[in-house]
Amino acid sequence: MSDTHAQTVAYVRDTMLDQKEPPLNQVGAVKWIRDNLFSSWLNILLTLASLWVIYAVLSHLLPWALRGVWDASNLTQCRQIIAERYGEGTNVACWAVLAERWPQLVFGFFPRELYWRPILAFLIFLTAVAPVLFSSVPRKVLWVSAIAPFAIFWLIWGGSLWGPIAAILGFAIGWAIMTFAAPKLGTLLAVILAIVVPVLYWLFVCGPLAGALASVVPLSLQTVATQKMGGFLLATIIGVSGIVLSLPLGILLALGRQSDMFIINKFSVAFIEIIRGVPLIVWLFTASLLLNYFLPPGTNFDLMLRVIIMVTLFSAAYIAEVVRGGLAALPKGQYEAADALGLDYWKSMRLVILPQALKISIPGIVNTFIGLFKDTTLVVFIGLLDPIGLSSSIRATTDWNGIYWELFVFIGLCFFIFCFSMGRYSLFLEKKLRREHR
Amino acid sequence: MATISDPPEQGFRLSQLIFDTRYRSMTIQVVAMVLIGLLLSWLISNTIHNLEALGKDFDFGFLSQPAGYDINQQLIEYNNQMTHGRAALVGILNTLLVAVLGCALATVLGVIAGVLRLSNNWIVSRLAAVYVEGFRNVPLLLWIVLIFALMTESMPAPRDFKGGDGPSMLLGESVAITNRGVYIPNVVFSRSLGGNEVAAAEAPAPAAAATPGTNMAGTYGASRIATGGAGIQAGQNGTTAGAGGSGTSAAGEGGEVIPSSSGWDWLLILAVLVAGSVGAKLLGKRAAHIQEATGKRPMTLPLQIAAILVPLIVVLVALGASLDKPELGGFNFDGGVHLRNSLIALWLALSLYTGAFIAEIVRGGILAISKGQTEAAYALGLRPGTTMNLVILPQALRVIIPPLISQFLNLTKNSSLAIAVGYMDVRSTLGGITINQTGRELEGMLLLGLFYLVLSLLISGVMNVYNSSVKLKER
Repeated sequence: MSDTHAQTVAYVRDTMLDQKEPPLNQVGAVKWIRDNLFSSWLNILLTLASLWVIYAVLSHLLPWALRGVWDASNLTQCRQIIAERYGEGTNVACWAVLAERWPQLVFGFFPRELYWRPILAFLIFLTAVAPVLFSSVPRKVLWVSAIAPFAIFWLIWGGSLWGPIAAILGFAIGWAIMTFAAPKLGTLLAVILAIVVPVLYWLFVCGPLAGALASVVPLSLQTVATQKMGGFLLATIIGVSGIVLSLPLGILLALGRQSDMFIINKFSVAFIEIIRGVPLIVWLFTASLLLNYFLPPGTNFDLMLRVIIMVTLFSAAYIAEVVRGGLAALPKGQYEAADALGLDYWKSMRLVILPQALKISIPGIVNTFIGLFKDTTLVVFIGLLDPIGLSSSIRATTDWNGIYWELFVFIGLCFFIFCFSMGRYSLFLEKKLRREHR
Repeated sequence: MATISDPPEQGFRLSQLIFDTRYRSMTIQVVAMVLIGLLLSWLISNTIHNLEALGKDFDFGFLSQPAGYDINQQLIEYNNQMTHGRAALVGILNTLLVAVLGCALATVLGVIAGVLRLSNNWIVSRLAAVYVEGFRNVPLLLWIVLIFALMTESMPAPRDFKGGDGPSMLLGESVAITNRGVYIPNVVFSRSLGGNEVAAAEAPAPAAAATPGTNMAGTYGASRIATGGAGIQAGQNGTTAGAGGSGTSAAGEGGEVIPSSSGWDWLLILAVLVAGSVGAKLLGKRAAHIQEATGKRPMTLPLQIAAILVPLIVVLVALGASLDKPELGGFNFDGGVHLRNSLIALWLALSLYTGAFIAEIVRGGILAISKGQTEAAYALGLRPGTTMNLVILPQALRVIIPPLISQFLNLTKNSSLAIAVGYMDVRSTLGGITINQTGRELEGMLLLGLFYLVLSLLISGVMNVYNSSVKLKER
């Protein structure tokens, strides 16, 4: 072989070969599977183990769920149908309980002929949050958002239309003072007036005014008591009001905690720590057992309202901590820049600091909201019929005694859909804001 | 350009209180102070008036009155003739028990799931993601109720263990999973330090007023959810569950010495364990010293193991330790430790739920360490295990610890959901039955809130100390 280099080359290619596909095990599904599932012995073992887990779960779950019975009026009948269809002793879901009881699971004991009211309220709610959540929705829809709380309240609880309208008037008064009186009186005085005058109006004028209007033009819906509400209607009302009310309160608390003013700072810290240090259940029991002690003798207001107040305070304390993190994460230069522009405290917060701080804290805020929505199930312990409470009372009836998986799966799925989509929305928001930033 | 600013022309004017930023903050604080003071005094005067109207006073004397109700799980000695204060203490210990067990299991689950979610294996990481999302997005209460229903309704009854073809006990006939709970072996001592009189005093007290399940009907909802679970169990024999259990006894007959265990035995064992591990640590330090001085590291690992194990074994033999396995007698199991369904359901649900959150924290912590750190460690010639221990983990822990603290806090506070399954924690003894029986809502809730507040502050305090020991040391 020593003389090979002396030989002339026998053949030289004069044309390029066509490009070839890469080998089959270097592209596409095969390569992906090799890399992701079978790259090493450990990996192969893990893959096989997890495939076994998936098989074990699905082989039990799918036949049980898919072969389920949907039309039966009670559990005995349901079991008979199953025995006829699949033979004795087959373990199959009895979804009939959902088919029969879903109005109760969704609306509680809301009068059946009035179901259109919560449904309409829900549609209004969806329209109202659309412009807040998605910037592609026309801005004019924001008017719906402004009126929505009153409309929804009126639709769900019923009563005279003039009550909500008179209440709106208070906000209109405050807004009018801010717009027309502020240039003449100075901002500070106008703000004070815009808070004091509507409060006085609500305390002394609102009720009689609504009464007078109602006696002239009676416009009212049938009243529905709070005790009649339950299921997901209840969970949504408490959850949504808690979410809407706790965000501004939480931001205020966070600002208070960051404040230089000693007293305000210390009170915010004390409030946040005390609320966060005690479980929500204890607060709910406080609301149901003790709140009457703290209020003037004879005061007795709705249990749901008390729960909403407690849930709001509770989640506001958590949001305050999340927002505080966002505030702390902002570089000091931003604060100094806002000061250098000559902005006063509220303007600098509103225009410079909070938009950035809130953007940072979006994941935490949404997490808190998800937690709040899940925590609405705890109201079962103070006697309100949330979905879990309703499932227990359905199981206690003779018709459906002994059923549990189906109800739990349904309730769990509903909560999952709601909470999971909140989480996805937060991801979407994060991505959008990041893109806009660059 | 003016070089000297004009001296203020006037003295202090009242309007400066509002318009001058130097004074405005004072004004705001004073106003806030007055408003908050007014609010507080209004609340307090309302409370006083209301209490007067109801003819009640503000008095914690009820804590020393006899409680008169039974608690189905007690870590310390308790019977229904003891005081409300003692009952509250039993509840507190039960809360702490489930919190400690839950934190431990949740950490394990969370770390495993968090690491698996980062796995290269697609299926494994998806499975971990399903676990995390599934548990995070469904209310904890649902999980607790679901696991409880699973335990009570689809597990075999104790009497089914009799037949040959029925369900059998696990782990060498020592663990039985039944619809009344899980029975595991108990460690008993024939020469117990606490003496054996505990066993005699342990006679099951008759269920006095009602079973706990129905007792709590006053606190709404509880009995609706705990469908008789706690009620069934209350009638059972007095063998109490307790992982750190004291006062557990085996039902013995006749005049023979009944093996039992008391808190003192466990305290001694714990002390020996701690002393052993301190000794092992000292051995390691000495070895490091010698290594620095001479360059040779003496063999320490066997010595360290011996330092921990030998005293432990000596103590166990001295106490005459033996395993007391649960045995089927009649319709139920005798002996061993009975972990009630309520405890199991609460423990598993809390751990699985919190574990999902911890998994995300762990994942975030590991992702926060840049890959360059690993590569740098490899370039220095460190092995993967050493890299993990010396380079990655110390840095990841800095990110992981603070949110982990709040998860532990959450778990502890969430243990108050025990009400759903009739587990007798502090909320159902002090905040439930005691309040119902004595009518002392204000005092009871105040004590309950204070307990949770102190516990939260303690946990966060301890964990913050740990956090400051691992955090980045900066100038």
